[in-house]
Amino acid sequence: MIEIEVNNKIIEAKKGEVLLSTLKRNGIHVPTLCYMKELFPTGACRMCAVEMEGMANLIPACSYPVNEWMRIKTHSPRVVSARKMLVELLLSNHPDDCLYCIRNGNCELQKLAEELNVHERRFFGRRAKGRIDNSSPSIVHNPEKCILCGRCVRYCDEILRVSAIDFIGRGNSATIGTEFNRGLNLSTCIDCGQCIMVCPTGALHEKTNQNKIRQVIHDKTKHVVGVFDSGVAVSLAEEFGFKPGKNIEQLISAALRIIGFDKVYDSGFAADLMINEMTDEWLTRIENNENLPLITTHCPAWVKYAERNYPGLTGHFTSVNPPQEIMGSIIKNYYAHKAGLNRENIYVVSLTTCTARKEEKLRKAYTPHGIPHVDTVMTTRELAEFIKLHGIDLNQIEEELTDLPFGMSSTVGKMVASPGGLAEGIVRTAFFKENNRELRPPRLTKLRNNKARKEYRFRKNGRDYLMLAVHGLAEAIKLFKEMKLEQTKPDFIEILACKEGCLNGGGQPLRTPENHINLRRKAIYNIDNQGSIKTAHKNPEVEELYAKYLGTPGSEKSVKLLYNPDLTHKE
Amino acid sequence: MNSEITSYNIVEHLLLSNSIELPEDVERKVKRLRRETVDFPVIFVGSGTCGRVAGANETLAQIRKYLEENNQEAELVEVGCIGMCWAEPLVDIQLPGRPRISYQKVTPKKVTEILDATFNITYEPKYILGQFKNPIMEPWEELPYIEGLPFYKNQQRVVLEDCGILNPVSIEEYMAHGGYKTMADTILHTTPAGTRDNIIKSGLRGRGGGGFLAGEKWHIAAEAEGEQKYLVCNADESDPGAFMDRALIEGNPHLLIEGIVIAAYAIGTSKCYVYIRSAYELAIKRLREAIDECKDAGLLGHNILDSGFNIQIKVKNGAGAFVCGEETALINSLEGKRGIPRPKPPYPTQLGLFNKPTVVNNAETLANVPKILKKGVEWFTQLGTEKSPGTKVFALAGKINHPGLIEVPMGTTFRQIINNIAGGMKNNGSFKAAQIGGPSGSCIAEENLDTKIDYESLNGIDAIMGSGGLVVADENTCMVDLARFFMDFLQKSSCGKCIPCREGTRRMLEILSSITRRPQDYNHSSLDRFKGIMQLEELGKVIEDTSLCGLGQTAPKPVLSALYHFREEFEEHIFDRKCRANVCKDLRSYYIDVEACNGCTLCAVKCPEGAIIGTAHQPHFIVENKCTGCGICFEVCKFDAVFLK
Repeated sequence: MIEIEVNNKIIEAKKGEVLLSTLKRNGIHVPTLCYMKELFPTGACRMCAVEMEGMANLIPACSYPVNEWMRIKTHSPRVVSARKMLVELLLSNHPDDCLYCIRNGNCELQKLAEELNVHERRFFGRRAKGRIDNSSPSIVHNPEKCILCGRCVRYCDEILRVSAIDFIGRGNSATIGTEFNRGLNLSTCIDCGQCIMVCPTGALHEKTNQNKIRQVIHDKTKHVVGVFDSGVAVSLAEEFGFKPGKNIEQLISAALRIIGFDKVYDSGFAADLMINEMTDEWLTRIENNENLPLITTHCPAWVKYAERNYPGLTGHFTSVNPPQEIMGSIIKNYYAHKAGLNRENIYVVSLTTCTARKEEKLRKAYTPHGIPHVDTVMTTRELAEFIKLHGIDLNQIEEELTDLPFGMSSTVGKMVASPGGLAEGIVRTAFFKENNRELRPPRLTKLRNNKARKEYRFRKNGRDYLMLAVHGLAEAIKLFKEMKLEQTKPDFIEILACKEGCLNGGGQPLRTPENHINLRRKAIYNIDNQGSIKTAHKNPEVEELYAKYLGTPGSEKSVKLLYNPDLTHKE
Repeated sequence: MNSEITSYNIVEHLLLSNSIELPEDVERKVKRLRRETVDFPVIFVGSGTCGRVAGANETLAQIRKYLEENNQEAELVEVGCIGMCWAEPLVDIQLPGRPRISYQKVTPKKVTEILDATFNITYEPKYILGQFKNPIMEPWEELPYIEGLPFYKNQQRVVLEDCGILNPVSIEEYMAHGGYKTMADTILHTTPAGTRDNIIKSGLRGRGGGGFLAGEKWHIAAEAEGEQKYLVCNADESDPGAFMDRALIEGNPHLLIEGIVIAAYAIGTSKCYVYIRSAYELAIKRLREAIDECKDAGLLGHNILDSGFNIQIKVKNGAGAFVCGEETALINSLEGKRGIPRPKPPYPTQLGLFNKPTVVNNAETLANVPKILKKGVEWFTQLGTEKSPGTKVFALAGKINHPGLIEVPMGTTFRQIINNIAGGMKNNGSFKAAQIGGPSGSCIAEENLDTKIDYESLNGIDAIMGSGGLVVADENTCMVDLARFFMDFLQKSSCGKCIPCREGTRRMLEILSSITRRPQDYNHSSLDRFKGIMQLEELGKVIEDTSLCGLGQTAPKPVLSALYHFREEFEEHIFDRKCRANVCKDLRSYYIDVEACNGCTLCAVKCPEGAIIGTAHQPHFIVENKCTGCGICFEVCKFDAVFLK
């Protein structure tokens, strides 16, 4: 510990850390724009400039290491007027349409302008022109609103290792774009939406289809089905002032019904089906000792990334569809038949934490005969807007249960949103299948820690088995390197592209404090601790569906409805 | 015989042996290389880039043709730039037994005349510049010495000593003149720490503009943790009008290589990069040739001169981004990334290229190193001033009689350079301002003319040394326009990473443009434009204060200094809408003298804006609001009736 002087007061600092961390710990607020805790400082925005005695210029707190002799002033007139001018300069090159902006009220630039008392327009001049890129099915990029803080670029490169976007051009014609500035749809973008999560302004946002949903809801000929997943249920609370991490799935059901959805289902049901099918497939592969490890495909961003970067691994993919598509398929086939509906008249809205699902639903495998399994995907953020748009106060309405049969979900079906959840579900069902008794206790703490790679080992028939659950592509890339060198030989790999999995998906509430993600995860596992149906095969509605219609996991009907025809390894 | 003496022999005799006596055949060869004896006439053609632009290639072809036609035996040598850009293309001729003489502005037409005269052991007085001093040969009568010309007399050429004299791509010639001896002595007989100490003691400061002690930098990197270290030579000279590094590399690449090897030895690295602007095609070619020569002679590669020291120099072409002259941006570019600066600290000496300790030195700094070690620290510290020892190379440009490349001791005043070396102002004009330090340097006014040029004195008048551009302006230069020009360059060169530089320079440029233009929209009332000046100062201060790298931190300097020294000119532009130098064409107002105009209608026909009205044979008038000040009417009027007010 060393001592430095800040604003005429002595505070303690750790040697070697950057000044900003010291200031933060001591409760001294310095505004930042480009700074991100988990990334290497870039010093681009200069908003965190502070005055240091003995230096001719201001220094950036985000990248300057503390030293013993330092004397700092964080809010001297020189510093404040410099910061203010930086914001004024940004605003002079920013479209004046805050009132129409998707981030109105939730914008960091707006907040900075307010914080620094920018109340007068001093700089007039030409603004950079840019073309909105809405070529991607999930993400819209508006370069005019971009302030070039570079957070999206760094996140995409350093954390995700996708590097779909970078700076293009120099000086004040610099923009952020994809290679050769083609559309996002032609780039290496995997639609994970993390760039939206880190964007301080409205330069990046998800593509929304709300108008269409509103029309469809009021179309009497259409049967509108809403399917939400557990990630939404534990995250939406934050947007409505509830305690973060509160599970409000029953309020969501009620709100959706008020809005006019005909049925509300829980995608945990589809996850249960997926777990049953995937366990079957995995055990078959183990039995034949072929095509191991089995790699999951319930994360569409991962699938897209693998197709481009690890085509060799796609052979290891499970052929079972992701829950969203299983649910759509079951609704549009089994349910439509049962309810006597024409499948063209069923409109399935998937409510999810993920922007990449918007791309997933367009895939050819999921639109047989031109009819998509899922018609529209809505993210948590969009759902919050949608509920507010319909004037619903979640605090005032009564809780309602989801519809049966597909509203019934086991607790593992809900755990799929959290990294390691799917692996845990598979273990439970596989254990039952092999031993004909339930795993006791069902809780697998090894799959519930905070690590980027969770490992679960077990021994069966004299052979060691290794299951891995990985979240964050950087960790996945590391794993594949090890696999190539045969340092790691897993038998099952669950991969979620985003860090912290779907709980931190690209469609989640913006500017989420870090601890909220922990609270969400806690909520998910709380469901499991308290729930009664703890395994996918014990879900009564799933059991009934198998008994009445599908037969057994891996049956002909299952393959037809629940498997990806492009990836089916079975005859 | 010549062929028996290989360059390897020369290495052995000149670099490794300590005996002063050379074997006879080597001695003869060395003498020939030093041009102390020549068997045939030798013709030197100044074919650096500046010479080639002036037509050296054509002259060279013409000389070849002449030699062929006249069956004249002579050796043709392409040399680099000697600094006299105003006299290019230069052709020097050395006849056996006579000192070398120099002709200026030798266009192909003059070749025959000059060569005819010279081969008749006389000279052509019309084009002669002078003769080089040579103690052992019979001098030409009544011919001034080149060294005695005012342009040279007032210079002290250290780094540029051999530029334009030596054949740049002959390692033997370089060694015969004493080259690589210092390098050999250093790596064979001194320790890296000793070498560093010598350079620290010499007080050599970075010539790229920063002025940091070079030896100190080496020391930090050498002491830094890690096995792998790098040395990068920064030759990415992108200032408009500056060509110090180019001339050095074109004229004497071996000096730079020698400096690099010594520096690498002192730092303890074997991997060196030369980051050079790809536009410098000739310099790159000569540098590569020189490196190849060194490899062949065993001066680069593994275990050079049997010392156990390995060294490798890689030439990397920069794509021409101005900001890549900044060391961290240069490192990014070398790594294959986008050329944008990184925050400092950590400094490159701690975390540089590929996150290893890296020394980035300017080419001129490195070229000083062999000279310092050869002639001694004492000698070097006596040059220049106490805190800024040594010399500095400047690229002179602007409204002076003798633009070119000069090298003067630190502490020389602006007045000395302009009056004594540059030959005074062009067309006997009067000095108005000078701009030193490249596009982001400061303007100085007449009152600063007696300021010494060294790091401290320049700091005192809020100017910077920069890399060595010096542009002189006379009263026909509009300072607002000059400031606008540099601002335009800088805002285009900004990398776009940090906000103050990206957005601030653009706004500064817009304010400057609005001052030099007529009112066009709501934003251009006098009051708004006056506010603009206040904002310029405020903006400039914030940009200097907060920018990430040196480019941004110095970008407002030309504007702020012009505003400081020439504020009344800015105010004239705003309130009187007048440009006293008549450069800002939007502010020019043309009038027609009613007495002189006889109504020929020519001006009305030629006016692109239709701003001139009048009937034939009657005096015409210019509609002020329509006139854009292009001046076509002024040029076409045959009766001098159009005038400027």
